[in-house]
Amino acid sequence: MSARVDVRKTYKLYIGGAFPRSESGRSYEVLAAPSGRRSSPRFLANAALGSRKDARDAVVAARKAQPGWAGATAYNRGQVLYRVAEVMEGRRAQLVQDVRDSEGLTVARADAVVSAAVDRWVWYAGWADKYPQVLGGLNPVAGPYFDISAPEPTGVVAVLAPQASSLLGLVSVVAPVVVSGNACVVLASRERPLPAIDLAECLATSDVPGGVVNVITGDTAEVAPWLASHRDVNAIDLTGAADAEGVVWGDLELAAAENLKRVLRPGGSGAEAVEPDFDATPDLTRLSAFLETKTVWHPKGR
Amino acid sequence: MPTFEYAPAPESRAVVDIASSYGLFIGGEFVEATGGTPFKTVNPATEEVLAEVSEASADDVDAAVRAARTAYTRVWSRMSGADRGKYLYRIARIIQERARELAVLETLDNGKPIKESRDVDVPLAAAHFFYHAGWADKLGYASLGADPRPLGVVGQVIPWNFPLLMLAWKVAPALACGNTVVLKPAETTPLTALLFAEICRQAELPPGVVNIVTGAGATGQAIVDHPGIDKLAFTGSTNVGKMIARSIAGTRKKATLELGGKGANIVFDDAPLDQAVEGIVTGIFFNQGHVCCAGSRLLVQENVADEVVRRLKRRLGTLRVGDPMDKNTDVGAINSKAQLDRIAALTEAGEAEGAQRWDSGCELPTAGYWFRPTVFTDVAQSHRIAQEEIFGPVVSVLTFRTPGEAVAKANNTPYGLSAGVWTEKGSRILWMADQLRAGVVWANTFNKFDPTSPFGGYKESGYGREGGRHGLEAYVKTGSEQ
Repeated sequence: MSARVDVRKTYKLYIGGAFPRSESGRSYEVLAAPSGRRSSPRFLANAALGSRKDARDAVVAARKAQPGWAGATAYNRGQVLYRVAEVMEGRRAQLVQDVRDSEGLTVARADAVVSAAVDRWVWYAGWADKYPQVLGGLNPVAGPYFDISAPEPTGVVAVLAPQASSLLGLVSVVAPVVVSGNACVVLASRERPLPAIDLAECLATSDVPGGVVNVITGDTAEVAPWLASHRDVNAIDLTGAADAEGVVWGDLELAAAENLKRVLRPGGSGAEAVEPDFDATPDLTRLSAFLETKTVWHPKGR
Repeated sequence: MPTFEYAPAPESRAVVDIASSYGLFIGGEFVEATGGTPFKTVNPATEEVLAEVSEASADDVDAAVRAARTAYTRVWSRMSGADRGKYLYRIARIIQERARELAVLETLDNGKPIKESRDVDVPLAAAHFFYHAGWADKLGYASLGADPRPLGVVGQVIPWNFPLLMLAWKVAPALACGNTVVLKPAETTPLTALLFAEICRQAELPPGVVNIVTGAGATGQAIVDHPGIDKLAFTGSTNVGKMIARSIAGTRKKATLELGGKGANIVFDDAPLDQAVEGIVTGIFFNQGHVCCAGSRLLVQENVADEVVRRLKRRLGTLRVGDPMDKNTDVGAINSKAQLDRIAALTEAGEAEGAQRWDSGCELPTAGYWFRPTVFTDVAQSHRIAQEEIFGPVVSVLTFRTPGEAVAKANNTPYGLSAGVWTEKGSRILWMADQLRAGVVWANTFNKFDPTSPFGGYKESGYGREGGRHGLEAYVKTGSEQ
């Protein structure tokens, strides 16, 4: 009796709602995290090695999608984010497997991580129609004016996804960016990219408009500088600079200064970059980092 | 048009004593600078030298930062919010008590009309201290996150267009949140900041909580680069803002940047045209156009463009340009020779590129730095006068046909600070306000400011907000932040 030969998955990029290979034609070996007994690293997949051109295409797709996404009602964005959680719940088996392979976790721990990641989408989904009330409001100016401040998305956000926390960390940095109506280009963990492509498949089947989230797999050190210096990127999240080989986050912040991108620095102190603890319940820091406050004045009178 | 002859109505300068030279205000005392080259500050309306001012060297900046750190650690960060608030209330009251003195000094040093320094700059500066005083013991209620705490020593570099008001915007929230400051006023307008040092002494503010160092770019850079600075707050040009962003890249210094703008003031055909013309005048000729959020690009719906420009020119014929100390003056002096040269260069480029230049032809004083309120028509989007910040009394007129075109043109700059919308149609105001990529949108009004109202830019107009609850965010850390 022969064992079934399994059908393996081809992991590609996610740009503008489609799953292209890298335009560069390159790929790289993704290996399973060491899991103790096994001595030689296990081959998992050949992931696309994204290029500068892929990153630029992704920015174009994000720019195109952003106004429509920002223009959707908060109720609608909340439902779409909740739908992502639903789809992830239905794909638990693969998510658990890929998190396990990527991070070297036990089944129980990988299962807990996937649960936390799903719950985090739900948590952020609920913020969609609430943060404007919490962060905005009427300003009691000294004069006959109606003066209101409201948060708005900053636009296109480049996100360096955490290197270690391949799914929970990824969700924790993507959801707060998109919940407010930003579009993003996410650079997946270099060593642990497979959960990011799983997530992209969930996004593609959960009413998130194509281009709102774009996922590039590849070498952080190679692609991140192009995103940091890109003139049509409004903000950059440097969280994934922690533990990324060959990445100095200060250099990326320096490049970002050219168009005064909003920069969310990585955790840590001094030049050190530390990956945050994603198990902790978030606050609004990540959400508000990618918002602008718009203040509108109008006279009052009879 | 009849011409109205006004009798001279000069404000007296007797209320102000200006010393012949000033030191630096460090640790609660005026001290000599240690090596920089003193420079002169002049009255731009007369070119009269008002005083000699010290240039703070890197060593002086270091001394100021150390004084601020000591005050922060030993006194200010430990004080209860209620007590900090009381000091800010004292300062607000002293500014009100000495309002006339401050207004006269501001006008002498800056060149702005006395009616603006008297009715706008000084009262708003007092209001900023009064507003933030009340926050000092209520930060826990400001939705800033868990456990809001001060950052430490804040370096603040402010511009010459609203010297005292920008000081208030920077110092009041910093102090309310428990930080101490090292502030550098602009080199052409340091005098009201130095008088503010006196006010701090009258208020018996603990020494070192506010330190004032005078100087130009090198002094500012020394503040930006000083390792003892925890946060920078800067208002000024986008170029300098980018330099600051580069300087602090890779460090843990925080920054808020309030930078340039090229605000679109958009007039629809259903707007009340006389009010709109007043708004256009306020938008670009207030403070000689030395306003980062000025409505320097006038976008008029095509079918009323000729009418609006006609009424605008007629209105500009009534603006009184001249002695800033005269209470009837509408437009004062350009702040410096350098700025006058820049305005001249950009307007010459406007003509060279084919736009039509018009000014009222009014008489200008012979001494001092002056520029007539100027209107450019036939302006194309590619012209430098439609893209670059002129920072002077010059408005560029462009036209549009549809709301969509107005939005596209308004948003077509790297800046995103302010915009104006003039229309009687409420739904259109709200739609336009949504579409415009600007931090402040004035609908059927322009250039209104208030301490409770956050102000700041999108895109290359900088980051962070000043004023209101939002402005506090820049001066605290929360939760687990180190």
